[in-house]
Order: sequence, then structure tokens, then C-alpha cells
Amino acid sequence: MAVSHLECKECKAEYPLEALYVCERCFGPLEVAYDHSRSQRDVGALRRRIQGGPQNIWRYADFLPLAGGPPGPSGRLASRVGLPAGCTPLIRADRLAERLGLREVWVKNDAANPTHSFKDRVVSVAVTRARELGFETIACASTGNLANSVAAHGAALGMDSYVFIPADLEEQKILATGVYGTKLVGVRGSYDDVNRLCTELCAERDWAFVNINLRPYYAEGSKTLAFEIAEQLGWEIPDRCVIPVASGSLFTKIAKGFQEWTELGLLEGETPKMNGAQAEGCSPVASAFAAGQAVCRPVKPDTIAKSLAIGNPADGPYALELARNTGGSVDAVNDDEIRAGIALLAQTTGIFTETAGGVSTAVLSKLAARGDIDPDERVVLVITGDGLKTLDAVRDTFETYKIDPSVEAFESSVPEAVAV
Amino acid sequence: MAVLVKIPTQLRAAADGESEALLSGATVQEVLDDLFERFGELRTRISDDDGTLRRFVNVYLAGEDIRFLDGLATPVPDGAELTILPAVAGG
Repeated sequence: MAVSHLECKECKAEYPLEALYVCERCFGPLEVAYDHSRSQRDVGALRRRIQGGPQNIWRYADFLPLAGGPPGPSGRLASRVGLPAGCTPLIRADRLAERLGLREVWVKNDAANPTHSFKDRVVSVAVTRARELGFETIACASTGNLANSVAAHGAALGMDSYVFIPADLEEQKILATGVYGTKLVGVRGSYDDVNRLCTELCAERDWAFVNINLRPYYAEGSKTLAFEIAEQLGWEIPDRCVIPVASGSLFTKIAKGFQEWTELGLLEGETPKMNGAQAEGCSPVASAFAAGQAVCRPVKPDTIAKSLAIGNPADGPYALELARNTGGSVDAVNDDEIRAGIALLAQTTGIFTETAGGVSTAVLSKLAARGDIDPDERVVLVITGDGLKTLDAVRDTFETYKIDPSVEAFESSVPEAVAV
Repeated sequence: MAVLVKIPTQLRAAADGESEALLSGATVQEVLDDLFERFGELRTRISDDDGTLRRFVNVYLAGEDIRFLDGLATPVPDGAELTILPAVAGG
């Protein structure tokens, strides 16, 4: 396998491939480093190897931080082990494009994962690595989607799990976590409070907190979104990606996925213009982008987009750098625009997304209206979660005809449907 | 004025293996100075050359991020608890 070591993103100090996440020398975050010098150099053979893999993220195992390769039996049978994620649809959204005055818009619908969000990608990788490292218990600090995924993966693999969430999370996300038999802990506080608590707990327990001590491995799972988009576009890089930003990890890892494959010769061209999407009620990265700053000032979140409500985004500085270097941006939209975004996506593509997807769709609308997008561009809108997780966002946004069961009642209530 | 400072695992090697230290100071800056006085190596690990905290260092006073208070100038009451933690991306 090509995975080599952990490396500090700031000072480049090297560490072994263990459950470590912070550089002891400078406190910077650790990231997985690879050595592809002995990898297949024949691009055609590399592509065939990927295409011959299972219909899930393990087809990209060569580019993921697992010592033992994909879990379970080799080849296509791997898709039957655990709760594998990925290979979600990439849909050409002509009706959405037309509405926005654009030519080519694609929607990557990552709600079509086992627990209905992109988090299954990162959790699959983190949990598989946790097992390689000998952990028996998995845990996480979550804004909701991660909670669903960690609880489900624990159940699928027979591992104990502890899930920590802000106590005021959407009911749908709480129910869709507890059902898996996890130990669910609702913390009276914000996600940032939950994250701080878990960072403290992590130091004293022999648990794999997927997004804390396993974070370097976990974060790599997001690269598979870029791999899939490129493969589904016929081994091509899109011109622009619009992606929701909470901690900034997904945003930066999607770019890293395109860049790694370009370095290996699997893709050609520039990194896409990267547009980050935040909610105004929690927009530390968008505010820093607008102000021309290199670091984010933490905020106290207040938004309906709870899955993006991280007030202290640890990958914020990297997200800012990426948006600036690629000619993209990080923009914010308000709660009404988020609801309008959910409706726009639903009514032009048939895809019902949660509030985070409303944020991305609303930012795409904003960019189009502002004239930031060249009409010839190929744009990919990344939808990270399912609308059934945040039903309150659409409650009372439409009317239902309530009638007695008679033809007369129907025709008097809905005059435009009267038969002629 | 006694202040309890909790030291994260990643910094304990540079703090004689201690997980906490009883220090003094009227502000966060003064308490940190006292910490650096005691464990000299910690200064370069968590602060930049100009004395500001590195961008991945979070400091909490009684659970509240000091950036929501008055930063390094935040007054620290007697008996308070300061926690130093690495910033971690969430999800």
C-alpha cells in the first residue's frame, strides 16, 4: 500500500501511522502522507484496477490510509462487508442549470449513502483503520450526520460506540442515531462545547474518536467524493465545485482528491474553482474570506443549518487558502435563502436535501446571480445529506388541500383540475 | 492567586509528564507566562515568536474559549481553571 506516515501540516514533522492527530512540536494538525513512487505508472492499468473494484469507496483503497487494503474478501465481495459507503449518483441537473442561467450543472447526491449523508465515507475509513489499530470502541463528537453514521457502523461491525451531540439537535437526527443501540450523550451546549469535551475525554480513554484521535484517517475518506466525481465525469475534473463548509475538512479534502489523482496522471488540468458555502448564522470562514483574513474568528452559531454549526472551524485557514488559490470564494446565505435553496433543488431535480444542501444550493444561486460563473463552466454542486433529517426546515412551506372524499369536494377545492 | 492549568497529553512530555499545574497570574497572559517560566519548552510549542498563541491552540477559561472573552488579556479569578487543547476539525 502507498500509505507512508503521518505528517504535520504546519512544520512537516513526521509521525508513525498511529492514533495521533496533533503535532507535539507545534500543535499543528497531522495528515496522512503517501508514497506512490512504487505505484502503477500506467494510467490505463490504474484506471482498469479502479473500475474493476467494488461499487463503493473501497475501489479507491489504493489512495486511502489503510495498511491492509480494503476490508473483507478481495474484489467485488468487499461491498458486502460492514456498511460501505460511496458510489452515489452524479446527476445532470439541466432544469436547475436553466433556472440559474448556467449551462452545465451536476449534482453529486451524497444523501444516497447508508445513513443518508457523506459522513459514511469518512466513518468507513476511520472505523476500518480503528480496527487495524486494535480499538474496540468507537466514538465521535457530532452535529448529527456523523452521529447517525458512527452509531450505524458500530452496529454493523459489532463495536461499542459512544456518540456525543448537542442536546438541542433536530429530533430526526437523534432518533436516527439512538435506533442503532449506541450510547447516546446529549450535551447541554453547542457543538464546539461537545468537541471540547470529547477532546478532553479522548486523552484519558482507549477509544477511537473518529473525528479526534482518528481524524487524519477519517478526513481522508472525503477524497473519495472527488475520485467519484472525476470517474463519473469520464476521468475529467469539473471547472467548479460548490461545497458546504463546517470545519472545512470536506472542502479541502475534495480538492486534495483531485490534486492527488492529477499528480498520478489519472486526471489532467487545474484544481476546480472551489466555492465554500456557509450559513450566515455560523459563517466564520465566509466572514474571514470577505475580510481578507488568513484565520477565522470563532462565533456562536445560530442557524437552522445545524450540521454546519461549527463556530470554531479547525480547517478554516486551509479552506480560506484553497478558495483564494483556486479563484473560488466562501459565501454565506441566510435562513430564508437556505429554505429557498432546499425548495429550488427539490423542484428542479427531485432531490430533497437537508439544510446543509440548502446552503450549497443557495450559494450556487448567489454565485450565478452575481455573474461569478462563466456560462461555459461545468459546475458540480455537492449535496451532503438527506432532507428527511431536517424536516422542520420545510414545515409549513406549502399548502395541502384537505377535502372530503368526493369528486365535488375535490373540484371545488382544486378548480384548475376540473375535468372538461 | 492560584489557577489550575490543564495540560493536554501532547504537551506533557515538555512539562515533566504533568497533566496539570497550579500557577498564578491575574490574566491569561500572566498565567501562561508563569507556565512558560516553569516549563520553558512549552513557550515555543504553543506560541509564535511574537508571543501570540499559535492558530491551532485553543485556551478555555472555565470552559469558555478566551477568544469570546478578552483573549490573552482576559482577567482570571482566583481558583479558576484554564484548559489548553488542540483545535480539532469537527463533523
